[in-house]
Amino acid sequence: MSELLKTKLHAKHVELYAKMVPFAGYDMPVQYPMGVMKEHLHTREKAGLFDVSHMGQCFIFADDGTFETAAKALERLVPADIQSLQPGQQRYSQLLNDEGGILDDLMISRLGFEGHTHKLYLVVNAGCKADDFMHLATYMPPGITIDVADDTLSLIALQGPKAVDVLSQFNPAVKDLTFMTSIDVPLTPTIWCHVSRSGYTGEDGYEISIKHDDVEELTELLLKNDDVEMIGLGARDSLRLEAGLCLYGHDIDTSVSPIEAGLFWSVQKHRRSADAGYKGAARVAADIADKSTKRLVGIQPEGRAPAREHTEIQDMDGNTIGEITSGGFGPTAGAPVAMGYVARKFTKAGTPVQLIVRGKPRAATVATMPFAPHRYYRG
Amino acid sequence: MSVKYTEDHEWIKVDGDIGTVGISPYAAKALGDVVYVELPEIGREVAKGDEAAVVESVKAASEVYAPVGGEVTEVNEKLEDAPETVNASADGDGWFLKMKIADAGELDALMDEAAYKTYCDGL
Repeated sequence: MSELLKTKLHAKHVELYAKMVPFAGYDMPVQYPMGVMKEHLHTREKAGLFDVSHMGQCFIFADDGTFETAAKALERLVPADIQSLQPGQQRYSQLLNDEGGILDDLMISRLGFEGHTHKLYLVVNAGCKADDFMHLATYMPPGITIDVADDTLSLIALQGPKAVDVLSQFNPAVKDLTFMTSIDVPLTPTIWCHVSRSGYTGEDGYEISIKHDDVEELTELLLKNDDVEMIGLGARDSLRLEAGLCLYGHDIDTSVSPIEAGLFWSVQKHRRSADAGYKGAARVAADIADKSTKRLVGIQPEGRAPAREHTEIQDMDGNTIGEITSGGFGPTAGAPVAMGYVARKFTKAGTPVQLIVRGKPRAATVATMPFAPHRYYRG
Repeated sequence: MSVKYTEDHEWIKVDGDIGTVGISPYAAKALGDVVYVELPEIGREVAKGDEAAVVESVKAASEVYAPVGGEVTEVNEKLEDAPETVNASADGDGWFLKMKIADAGELDALMDEAAYKTYCDGL
C-alpha cells in the first residue's frame, strides 16, 4: 500500500491525541479523546471544527472570461441549474455518467469576489477526486480551464449553533451570509478565505477554504474559543446520517440515480426533462416519471439495536425489499437511525418493515428524514 | 476468587463453578461509547471462543467471545437500558453474563491480571 497522504493539520491532530485512520488515501482523525458521542453532541450544542482538507477543490472558468460559458460547460455534466447562480451562490449537485448513475456528489459555487464572478468553485469527495478531475477534463469543451487547488488550498468546516458567534468575531461580514451563499473575506489582517455558509452536519455553520500556509494558524485561533472543539470523521458521519445527508460510496454510487437517492430537490425544474442536455438526463427524467424501482428512505429501527450498512430489509411477509446503506446510533436522536433503499411501494413514512440483524428479524419503520432537524440559517 | 483474561479482552471472574464474564476497561475504552449490548438467552450452551454477546459502539459492532465453555445462567439485564455502564464500569457493574463453567481446566490457558497487563502494554 502506498504511503498515506497527510493534510496540513495532520501534526495538529496528532498533538490533540486524535485516533488516526486511513480514509480515502489520507491519514485522518476518526475521533479525539472526547469520543464520537460527545463530539457529536458538542457540535449540535456548540461548535465543532472539522479538517476536511482531504476533499477536492477546483475552479472552473472560461477563456472568454464569461460566467455563461463556464456555467454552460458544467451544466453538461450535472443536473443542477448552474447558469442561474448569482455571484456568491452555492448549489449541491452530482456528477452523472451517461446512464444517470452518480459518479460523485459535490458543491458548486459561483465566486462572489469582484473580478472573479465568472469562476465556478467546486468541492468534491476525497475518494472520488482523482476520477472527478479526470472526468471534468475529459468532458469539458475546449476553452475551459480546470484549476485543481489541492496543492494550494485546505478546507475546514466550523459547524454548530455557536459557529456564527465564533466566526463573526474574525469578520462580522460572515454573520449576514445565508445558507448556501459565500464570500471571500479576510478573517485576520493577513488571512483571506473563501467562506461559505454550508456544511454537512445539518447545523448552521461554515466551510472555510484557506491557503495551506494559513490553515494551522486559523485553526489555532478558532480553537482558543471555549465553544470550539476539533471533531473527527466518526462524529461527522453520525451527524450527517442524522441530518439525512447521503455519503458517497455508501448511500449513493453509480448504481443509483439522483431521483432514486431522494435528491429530486437538487434538480431544478427546467432540468427535469430528458432533453435537458446533461449526461444522464434521460435516466433522471424517466425516474421522475415514476419508473424507478427503488428509493432511498429513512429507517427507524425499534428498540436500541443499531442496523448497520448492508443489513437486509424485509417486508412483514419476509420478502427482501432492500438494504440499509448507512446505519448506526444517533446521539441526538438518542436511538438507532439508518437509511437504505426499499422497493417503491414501501417508501411511505410509517410503513412497517423488518431488519435482519445477526440473523434475527427486528421491527423498524420507514421514517421521514432528517432524524435531527436541520438548523440552517436562511436569513 | 480469581480473574482471568483472554487475548480478545474478555475477563472471567471465577467463584466456585460460576464465572462472571465482561470486557476489560482497555477494550471498553477502545470501543468508545457503548450504545447497545446484545446478550445471550439463559440456558444457552457455549463453547470456548463462541460468540456469547455483541457490544455496539456508535460506529461499530463487536463480538464478545466465551472465555471458556459452559452454560449461560444469568445475564446483566441492566445493560439493555443502560449500555453506557460498560464504559463506566467495564470490570464491575458492566458485566455481561454469568456461566456455569463446564471444564475448569480451560481456565488455565487464560492470562492472569499481570500477564494481561503485560499483553496490553505490548499492543
